[in-house]
Amino acid sequence: MPEVTHRVRGTVNGEPFDVDVDPRLTLADFLREKLRLTGTHLGCEHGVCGACTVIVDGAATRACLMLAVQVDGAAVETVEGLAGDGELAPLQQAFKRNHALQCGFCTPGFLMSVTAALREDTVRDETEAREVLSGNICRCTGYSGLVQSVLDVAKGRADA
Amino acid sequence: MKPARFTYHAPRGLDEALELLRDLGDDAKVLAGGQSLVPMLNFRLAHVEHLVDVNRLGAEFGTPTFGEDTITIPALVRQRQLERSPEAARLLPVLTEALHQVAHPQIRNRGTVCGSLAHADPAAELPSVLTALDAKFTLASARGVRTVPAADFFLFHLTTALEPDELLLEVSVDRPRANQFSAFREFATRRGDFALAGVAVVCEVDDGVVTACRIAAAGVAPTPHRLTDTELLVIGQPLGPDLGAAAEATARAQVDPTGDIHASAGYRARLTGVLVKRALADITEKAHA
Amino acid sequence: MPDMIGQRLPRREDRRLLTGRGRYLDDLDLPDALAAAFLRSPHAHARITAFDATEARALPGVVAVFSGADLMEIQKPLAPKVQHPKLRDYPRLPMPPENLHYVGEPLAVVVAESRYIAEDALELIDVDYEVLPAVGSTAAALRPGGPLVHRGDESNVAVLLTQSAGNAAEALSTAPHTLSEEFYQMRGGGHSMEPRAVAARFEPATGQLTIWDTTQSPHYARQQLSLIYEMAEDDLRVIAPPDVGGGFGPKAQFYGEEVVIPWVAKKLGRAVKWVEDRQENFVSAMMERSQTHRVEVGFDDDGRLLAVKDVIEHDQGAYCAGLQVPSITTATVPGPYKVPNIDIELRACYTNMVPTSSVRGAGRPQAVFVMERMMDRIAAHLGLDPAEVRRRNLIQADEFPYQVGIMFRDGSPLTYDSGDFPALLEGALDRIGYASAREEQARLRAEGRYLGIGLAVYVEGCGLGPYEGAKIRVTNRGRILVTLAAAGQGQGYETIYAQIAADGIGLDMSFIDVTTGDTARIPFGQGTFASRITATCGPAVFDAAKQMRARLLDTAAVLLGCSPSEVDFDGDLACLGGDREKSVSLQQLAQVANIGKHGITLPRGITAGLETASYFSPERAAYASGAHAALVEVDPETGGITILKYVIGHDCGTVINPLLVDGQVLGGFAHGLGNAMYEEAVYDDEATPQATSYLDYALVSSAEVPPVDLFHIASPSPLNPLGAKGAGEGGTVPPPAAIANAVEDALRPLGARVTRAPVTPARIVDALLAAGKVS
Repeated sequence: MPEVTHRVRGTVNGEPFDVDVDPRLTLADFLREKLRLTGTHLGCEHGVCGACTVIVDGAATRACLMLAVQVDGAAVETVEGLAGDGELAPLQQAFKRNHALQCGFCTPGFLMSVTAALREDTVRDETEAREVLSGNICRCTGYSGLVQSVLDVAKGRADA
Repeated sequence: MKPARFTYHAPRGLDEALELLRDLGDDAKVLAGGQSLVPMLNFRLAHVEHLVDVNRLGAEFGTPTFGEDTITIPALVRQRQLERSPEAARLLPVLTEALHQVAHPQIRNRGTVCGSLAHADPAAELPSVLTALDAKFTLASARGVRTVPAADFFLFHLTTALEPDELLLEVSVDRPRANQFSAFREFATRRGDFALAGVAVVCEVDDGVVTACRIAAAGVAPTPHRLTDTELLVIGQPLGPDLGAAAEATARAQVDPTGDIHASAGYRARLTGVLVKRALADITEKAHA
Repeated sequence: MPDMIGQRLPRREDRRLLTGRGRYLDDLDLPDALAAAFLRSPHAHARITAFDATEARALPGVVAVFSGADLMEIQKPLAPKVQHPKLRDYPRLPMPPENLHYVGEPLAVVVAESRYIAEDALELIDVDYEVLPAVGSTAAALRPGGPLVHRGDESNVAVLLTQSAGNAAEALSTAPHTLSEEFYQMRGGGHSMEPRAVAARFEPATGQLTIWDTTQSPHYARQQLSLIYEMAEDDLRVIAPPDVGGGFGPKAQFYGEEVVIPWVAKKLGRAVKWVEDRQENFVSAMMERSQTHRVEVGFDDDGRLLAVKDVIEHDQGAYCAGLQVPSITTATVPGPYKVPNIDIELRACYTNMVPTSSVRGAGRPQAVFVMERMMDRIAAHLGLDPAEVRRRNLIQADEFPYQVGIMFRDGSPLTYDSGDFPALLEGALDRIGYASAREEQARLRAEGRYLGIGLAVYVEGCGLGPYEGAKIRVTNRGRILVTLAAAGQGQGYETIYAQIAADGIGLDMSFIDVTTGDTARIPFGQGTFASRITATCGPAVFDAAKQMRARLLDTAAVLLGCSPSEVDFDGDLACLGGDREKSVSLQQLAQVANIGKHGITLPRGITAGLETASYFSPERAAYASGAHAALVEVDPETGGITILKYVIGHDCGTVINPLLVDGQVLGGFAHGLGNAMYEEAVYDDEATPQATSYLDYALVSSAEVPPVDLFHIASPSPLNPLGAKGAGEGGTVPPPAAIANAVEDALRPLGARVTRAPVTPARIVDALLAAGKVS
């Protein structure tokens, strides 16, 4: 039986999309396969590792646990949208400076989680930085560069 | 790990949703936040013919109300939203404390309070908290609306009183009196994990003496587990270390958990007692503040 | 120009990875590629009695379904990577046609228009199984009369080996003191965030099969495929994509899926891609760690070791993918200590679980756990300070090269090349504030709080042979291209090897590019494993770079009409006497020596083709080393462990890029912490895996990993011209020992004994209850 497709319209990184999708297509696969935005990675497909984290209407969200049909009318942000005009965002720069990534597979999820968190709240100390990062798994770095990056950017904002 | 096929419905109002549930019956599954259901679909542990996505029911289902007598949490209130609510933190600290320990912000951003209750994982935080808060569960269907208490709502592991045609419309609790103090304690292997055990304690305290108490434990039974013997022990007693120690022993003796790959049954029972003691200590501190 | 080796440089790889433009295997756009999914055994031990894929084949969107029996032409054994003449090998087939030996073993493959449809088809395949008794532990495997892992076999033993020096039996019988204990380390996995993946496309016009593979060893994969497919190696191109999402050992192994996918692509004449999902990864990617050690130590009144006897039961899993792990364990037991009499007995056995092979640390954490736990036990027995017992037994800095007395896995007498173990220990003690921590411990014990200090000193054999190589070429556009056979998984090869090449050539790094992991670009290679690349590929790049410098200067000198010694680089210009006006650019050099003029004789003195190559073969393993110190508080009510302070002293010889080495050590530490406290790949008695999602298998997050006080000392290796040693695994090796030592130290007044890793809250409380001082 052919699947009934649903029309989904919204924006990704400010660019409109208008695509017919199968209802069972996850948001992550939609971004990767239909929009060819392959920066959103799939590490576990059950919502724990956080590699697929994107921002949907301002909220950090597991793209593996949301269906593409559900983003009809939504504004989605992915890692591809972080660097405006080719200039790395301060968080991306901090990741590089602090060696907060090695294999880089988990990195987009961390960037999106932290981006959303820093919009919502300030991070005052290391404990809070670790809390902000704790919903994503990195197997390479041991987190120290990630923690430092969150602190750097939070401090940069506080100083600005 | 891709979901099997299903037919997708996104009703635009409650009536439409309830009619769908009535017509589809056992073949339908309600999708709210999806943070428990979608993993099961991805693992193909769950196969559903029809998915009824209730996320577009309407804005009125997405806002908690803090009334003079009742606090109501409708179907689409996200966990994160309630966690960040200053009123909830002031009135229902046990809920705020527990919400903060539900998985991670990315999950709580989508996950709904009612969705977690309807999923009814006995190891989850919210079922035990709403049990300790003596919440009322409002179940709606095309047949009408009924309200059941927690004891009648949670029936077994992942099983509730919800009939196939019913939707958990809202959960509500009495607005607490000024002498209500509450605390949530859990112990998990890692930040955000399901707890090895957890307890929600809600007390009324007058002049340092507990005059009312409800305790519900998570992760130690097929449903949120009211520790009634411990409650009876606590009521009428002054808060303090002696009460904590006595409650610890009673709670430990009162639960009969099962062991699994993470912890033995004996460990969980012992832990439950320790957490009751610590939650009572938290309450003592709050009552003295 | 300043030396680039030793510079703390951010990585070149980062920009693409930070902007979502990494090129991981699943990101490769292979037009019209089909998706594959494997049907896997639900039973730990079973025989297929019937297989029916009629319904699956009929599903719209399904292109093909192959059972193992449909692909008999490729059912050839996947050889163990490290062998031994005494090994009783049992053939591991790519996709067994009949007999299945672990849950997760692939038995059929579906190829379809999408992964969604392929998974739909898996549910439509009917298989009948005769379920057979299974073996779920080494204890069950070695039990006389118990079930057999392989039906019809004579026993479950894979190999029995011994290592000895001196006479341990005699030394133990005469030692003033002896202690014995049984230790167990749980199975744990690699858990790269990107699971495994393979894609392939066959070009009928050229007969070439191109394979993209997340492997750590593309050349090994090509070699194996060449044998199995009976194809010329030049007709097989194995490419490890530029970005691979972590390796950690399991991707260094060779799997049935890597054989099946390219073959199916060839059969169907279509590109086929298989991306392992996490559910598959949990049951089919190789794991490690599970070992039982029964150890006995003999020592004198001062705590000096006289003898160590260790009997090791090693869980090989359903097949022997290689004996590297148990071999490393046996060679790592003595560690940094002087042990005059050693007797190590290895009993490697088969079980009905997914095969084991190297996972970051590779057999070393288990050995270090045993030795370091016993150092603490010796101290407790004699009433000595555990740091002092270690001091008395450590090999001293002036004793290198140090011959341990037993053999290493590379076939040479186990010899430590260089190091300063006392300096590592003292540095760790100093930074943890050892003396004041002991005072604090005593003070808090009086308040009913339990602080513990755990130490662990280790050595890590790394930088193994046989060789690794590199080619360096000036491209026609005038850039320097360094080509490595080695494939990276996040180690920063594009940065590190540009640093090394820059020093060798004497050229600014910005003119140097690095490419990795493609068998079509360089013919020979071994792969990324055993913390070996810096110490093997590093010297090869350095040598090839020095050769390239000579080639460039010679060529420039001819064109500038001077002697090579008068030429040096300023940017990409080779200048005479430092004068940019009298210079030739790299592009001009390429124009002359590489491109030439059609039909015209080369200028006299110019050698054609600006390309160099070098392969470096180490004489034997180099030895990195380190010391960890942990200060923890244990809550005896919950069993919860809080790490208050953690210190790592690390010695990997010459450091190429300190930023990246710190990253390797700290990342390794986090993995080791997982093995110490969290990760448990539990199987039940029927050998069914019980932890098959991240809800049940706990990887550490930022909330669990404490800040680390990391310091380095450098004892350059005399075994390679760079003095480099490995850094990839050292951080992973000692945390289980350090944490277990700290926990037992904390709870010593309550008598709890810690004998297994991970040390979990529930097991801590169980141990407290067993000791009987709490109820």
